[in-house]
Amino acid sequence: MVAAAEAPLLTVEDLSIRFLTPHRIVEAVRGVSFTLGREKVGIVGESGSGKSMTGRAILKLTPANAMVEARALRFQELDIMAATERDMLRVRGRRISLILQDPKFSLDPIMRVGDQIAEAIPPDKREGKARTRECVLEMLAAVRIHNPRRVYDLYPHEISGGMGQRVMIAMMLMPEPAMLIADKPTSALDVTVRMQVLAIIDDLVTRRGLGLVFISHDLNLVATFCDRVLIMYAGRIVESCKASELRHARHAYTQGLLASLPRIAERRPRLAVLNRDPAWLTE
Amino acid sequence: MAMIAVEDLSVAFGSGESLVHAVDGVSFQVEAGDTFGLVGESGCGKSTILRALSGLNDHWHGQIIIDGARLEPKRQRSFFKKVQMVFQDPYGSLHPRHTVNTTLMEPIAIHGLDRADQRIAQVLEQVGLGPAFRFRYPHQLSGGQRQRVAIARALILEPKILLLDEPTSALDVSVQAEILNLLADIRSQARLTCILVSHDLAVIAHMCHRLAVMNQGKIYEELTVDDLAGNRPRHSYTRQLLQASLGYDRRLAAAATLADDGLDSGAA
Ligand SMILES: Nc1ncnc2c1ncn2[C@@H]1O[C@H](COP(=O)(O)OP(=O)(O)OP(=O)(O)O)[C@@H](O)[C@H]1O
Ligand SMILES: Nc1ncnc2c1ncn2[C@@H]1O[C@H](COP(=O)(O)OP(=O)(O)OP(=O)(O)O)[C@@H](O)[C@H]1O
Ligand SMILES: [Mg+2]
Ligand SMILES: [Mg+2]
Repeated sequence: MVAAAEAPLLTVEDLSIRFLTPHRIVEAVRGVSFTLGREKVGIVGESGSGKSMTGRAILKLTPANAMVEARALRFQELDIMAATERDMLRVRGRRISLILQDPKFSLDPIMRVGDQIAEAIPPDKREGKARTRECVLEMLAAVRIHNPRRVYDLYPHEISGGMGQRVMIAMMLMPEPAMLIADKPTSALDVTVRMQVLAIIDDLVTRRGLGLVFISHDLNLVATFCDRVLIMYAGRIVESCKASELRHARHAYTQGLLASLPRIAERRPRLAVLNRDPAWLTE
Repeated sequence: MAMIAVEDLSVAFGSGESLVHAVDGVSFQVEAGDTFGLVGESGCGKSTILRALSGLNDHWHGQIIIDGARLEPKRQRSFFKKVQMVFQDPYGSLHPRHTVNTTLMEPIAIHGLDRADQRIAQVLEQVGLGPAFRFRYPHQLSGGQRQRVAIARALILEPKILLLDEPTSALDVSVQAEILNLLADIRSQARLTCILVSHDLAVIAHMCHRLAVMNQGKIYEELTVDDLAGNRPRHSYTRQLLQASLGYDRRLAAAATLADDGLDSGAA
């Protein structure tokens, strides 16, 4: 929870993202506002509802044909709307890290994983070879790699998927970011490995005071993992609530999503399907 | 008599040092009209079993009996009609430059069936796509609509067995509910026997009577969905899967990480 006196890490006010396509204007994000403190905020909603575009706008990584507008888009002291590409280079991967769905593809296959993690340290923070190695070993231990010395010298093909994901997270955390954007970070992982990766991210948010934006399709996971949830529909936040209270969500869209989930404990002959109300687009 | 009886099925890939026992002595039976679930980690051999059953893989060992007939790895066309498969990826499994009509014509032509026009209209109706969809291309369809076309393609040959490989994993939960309802309807109308592969235990529990939990090519345990729902799995791996399906639990997740550390501390 954010102390009342503490300023949020991130402020998003009235964010809109439009795409000019040859045929029409696509309104991908329509007036989204939220703040993020040192907490875990989940964004859920169906495919195409604007979750990834919201995350990308924070890093100024929207596609070239996107038109981004906002009354305010602020990360700590930085005005993201006014920031130049050079400003953003100092933010991306350093003060804000982005974890994507399939991390294995982002590792260089012909470089030892330890050296890859070392490369993630910004040049101005490096302090000699021996110290760098120490830092990497500490980080590997922090992401619960039990034998960091051995794993440091392995190549990506020599580690399992779950270890690969942990190595990726180690790389993301090396520059000590203040904020993490995770866009479906565990959907490519097996459930048992997924829990381990989440435990690591959870620990970091709690111990290092990171802010986390956690984008997911998995309502059960977000309800149990995050502190707060934003529910998006057609580019808008239709509802937000405490994660633990997601089950009691009030908006018919959120209720519809929850009702459509199969449940092991209460089996029903048919699943409820969503009846989209045109009013959800505007109300 | 079981509709599907698999006895000591094995499939290996590669040779020498790169030999992988993808499926390693698996046995199970599925009664006519039942839906059998297969779950397990990525790479444990689920798709490989379905591919052997559907004839997409012909270098297996062991015994497969379908509808009373013992199969040989190389089999005749009439068999393929009986067993049809639906895949996870509704984007990859349809040809991007073929209309729905062309996609559905193909199996009809291969098997030399009559009344093509009537069959296509009927199957589109059955999967809840009106005639308006008949001449559309895949890029003009949503993910759920594409999966309906893939199901229509499997149904048009009037199979007895439907093999479903993660049929809803690429879909939103609301679209997943529509497709699972559709599969349940079709299953009872057409008296289908099904095998359903899913990483989502709740999907398996919703659709199946029994399931097998696999790991590294082997079946660890077979249990009923009632046993699963009553929290009575025997194997610790099944309990882990069940626990994880309930969501995140800080204490349990931390414990799982500690237990797993044995894996990366061992000798390379
Ligand atoms: N380059 C583009 N040109 C036009 N429209 C685009 C472009 N990129 C994205 N969009 C549209 O923006 C909307 C929001 O996309 P976004 O990727 O944020 O969805 P999402 O909520 O992350 O979905 P998913 O859960 O499938 O990842 C979608 O309707 C999409 O079609
Ligand atoms: N054509 C192939 N050539 C070589 N190895 C293969 C081939 N197909 C599968 N394998 C291997 O066989 C094993 C089982 O693969 P399979 O695709 O059956 O797993 P799965 O349980 O379906 O996994 P997933 O949940 O990821 O789909 C894996 O180790 C895989 O790498
Ligand atoms: Mg996305
Ligand atoms: Mg598979």
